Amino acid sequence: MTTTATGTSGPAGTTGTAVGFDPRTAIGALELRNPVLTASGCAAAGRELGRLYDVAALGAVVTKSILRDARSGRPTPRMAETPSGMLNSIGLQGPGIDAFLAHDLPWLRDHGATAVVSIAGTDAAEFAELAGRLVDEPGVGAVEVNISCPNVANRGLVFACDAGSSAEVVSGVVDVVGGRVPVLAKLSPDVTDIVAIARACLDHGADGLAMVNTTLGMVVDTDTMRPVLAGVTGGLSGPAIRPIAVRCVWQVHAAMRRGDLRTAPGVGIGGILTGLDALQFVLAGASAVQVGTSTFHDPSAPLRVGTELAQALADRGFASVADAVGPAHTVLAREGAR
Amino acid sequence: MSAATGGPAAGTPAAETLGARDRRPDPVQLRCAVLANEPAGAYRRLVLDAGEAARRALPGQFAALAVGEPPTAMLLRRAVSIHATTPGDRRFDGADTLEIVVAPHGPGTEWVTRRRAGDVLDVVAPLGRPFPAPEVGAPTVLVGGGYGSAPLVWLARDLRDAGHRVDVVLGAASRDKLFGLEEAAAVVGPDLVHVTTDDGSAGLRGRVTDALASLARDGVVVYACGPMAMLRAVHEVATAAGGTSWLAVEESMACGIGVCMTCVLPVRGEDGVTRMTRSCVEGPTFDGDRVRWDAISIGPGGATSAVPADCLGAPVASGKGH
Ligand SMILES: Cc1cc2nc3c(=O)[nH]c(=O)nc-3n(C[C@H](O)[C@H](O)[C@H](O)COP(=O)(O)OP(=O)(O)OC[C@H]3O[C@@H](n4cnc5c(N)ncnc54)[C@H](O)[C@@H]3O)c2cc1C
Ligand SMILES: Cc1cc2nc3c(=O)[nH]c(=O)nc-3n(C[C@H](O)[C@H](O)[C@H](O)COP(=O)(O)O)c2cc1C
Ligand code: FES
Repeated sequence: MTTTATGTSGPAGTTGTAVGFDPRTAIGALELRNPVLTASGCAAAGRELGRLYDVAALGAVVTKSILRDARSGRPTPRMAETPSGMLNSIGLQGPGIDAFLAHDLPWLRDHGATAVVSIAGTDAAEFAELAGRLVDEPGVGAVEVNISCPNVANRGLVFACDAGSSAEVVSGVVDVVGGRVPVLAKLSPDVTDIVAIARACLDHGADGLAMVNTTLGMVVDTDTMRPVLAGVTGGLSGPAIRPIAVRCVWQVHAAMRRGDLRTAPGVGIGGILTGLDALQFVLAGASAVQVGTSTFHDPSAPLRVGTELAQALADRGFASVADAVGPAHTVLAREGAR
Repeated sequence: MSAATGGPAAGTPAAETLGARDRRPDPVQLRCAVLANEPAGAYRRLVLDAGEAARRALPGQFAALAVGEPPTAMLLRRAVSIHATTPGDRRFDGADTLEIVVAPHGPGTEWVTRRRAGDVLDVVAPLGRPFPAPEVGAPTVLVGGGYGSAPLVWLARDLRDAGHRVDVVLGAASRDKLFGLEEAAAVVGPDLVHVTTDDGSAGLRGRVTDALASLARDGVVVYACGPMAMLRAVHEVATAAGGTSWLAVEESMACGIGVCMTCVLPVRGEDGVTRMTRSCVEGPTFDGDRVRWDAISIGPGGATSAVPADCLGAPVASGKGH
């Protein structure tokens, strides 16, 4: 074989971290070996990425949202590529909690991965039931509550778009979990006041916030003159939504600094493709980040971003992730004081 | 079903590539130098220096290519069938080469067709399930529509080496959209290559199924790759003749590696249960008998799938208020 550019295979991000930099971080009681996790729905339950690299090297694997029962998901087409992003309308396809516990969680455990299990439901009781099934399973590092799904009891309005519904789901989960693992509430950017939803979740016991889920979008096919997606609308993700996501993390963290919101760790999500993208979220207030859609572009992205972020933080003189959380706010405070 | 049983005798070259349906080598992600890019009718054939990916790939598998200059606004990889692999390719200083045939369809594939020798492509391969082996001695017919013949020439060689009769049917809208005529003829002999075009510019005027109908007989195993409408028609002809069909489908894929659930179609599993099944990891090759054609609509914009009512986890129709 010629020694051209070939041979730089797969795990581009596996190599060690920047010298003198401590890559560890924490989300409440969940200690992570590095601050970069996969995002729910973008890494299945780790097994497929495990064919390309060691998933134990990731901060954590966040699973596709698990429901009580098996779900077929929506008809196709389920996706459309958009500038620097994509729309998806999967409809939470999955095998249900029994199959997850029988096949997927043991795999993650056996492979040494830290598992953050995302759960979803159609009512608060389903979320609580799922949390109860998970909390004592070995290998569950945290539960991420995907409240960006329709609340059947509230005319299908997304839980995350209503403070009362969000609070109901989170308090039900928190009660069942009883502090045994951290509970993260995953917020939607499609709200008027994300701080109000964050407050509802934190006041009802969430240990941290994951920000953000996809934002609702739509593409019309100009040939067929119909919506491209069978589900008509879908969730927009990828670098196209990154500024929105950074803004959400910044607003929530600013409210914490002002004392308007209980201080809790934030996990930044939305369009992270490089270490510098991740750094924006950390500087805006996130203690960890998740890489979603970029995994489709580059399966090694969740690993690579970890290496790049560590280097970027070390280059800026930070000794740990915690040291770097929030300087974007300090600058503003200083300027505001002038 | 033919997959698990039989297969060529161990030790034959074909036995190394054909056979176990579940033999799916792990993919690798590589930066591959483009070694050549030459015209092939309406398409471009690219030869890549693909190292481990070339050494692992089996017929029926595909590669997922990142497209556009980084940082690209086209985030999703484009799937292309693997046309050929040549470990230790003497044409290219012994490189392990992998070839693809690309139709400039939209901006992503157009970008790929403009790559020059020396450019580098980010490739994830090999992906998906290879074509399974037929029963020992079964006659086979390979049907390719347009660039759909790309993965079939390779398969033809393996089937021939394993002692099967191999007829190849190549069809396209017009002559320039046929691919693989000479290569197929070199493998199975010109008499066993049958050509159809919609406009009659080459071979018979008509559809691939017109040619297939006279070749398909009891016990035939048909392998096909092409548009969904063609695959359905091929399946019907093969079944009517008392044969089986293995179809390589082309669904829109966001990840190609099994993590996103966009590429699904309704397929009955071994347990008889229909699931919305990922074509990137469970396919792209499917037993035509297992595909739920009743839920698939084929329109000018391509195929779409409904969720059959008996699909695992299908929504329960409810007359509830709200
Ligand atoms: C398993 C498999 C094997 C394939 N083999 C080949 C091959 O050997 N040669 C070849 O030229 N093409 C092949 N295709 C089709 C090729 O992937 C599409 O033509 C290509 O993705 C279109 O991208 P674009 O940017 O040019 O077009 P656009 O229409 O701009 O693409 C927009 C988006 O739609 C998706 N998309 C559009 N058309 C298709 C399609 N037909 N199939 C899948 N995704 C689509 C793209 O991935 C992209 O995300 C194959 C597809 C699959 C799934
Ligand atoms: C195909 C796909 C499926 C997703 N499925 C889920 C899911 O099941 N649960 C969830 O909480 N978020 C889901 N998401 C949202 C992502 O986890 C993430 O919040 C969002 O895509 C923004 O991050 P990104 O730009 O890095 O993708 C999904 C996203 C995509 C693209
Ligand atoms: S393309 Fe992502 S699961 Fe198949």
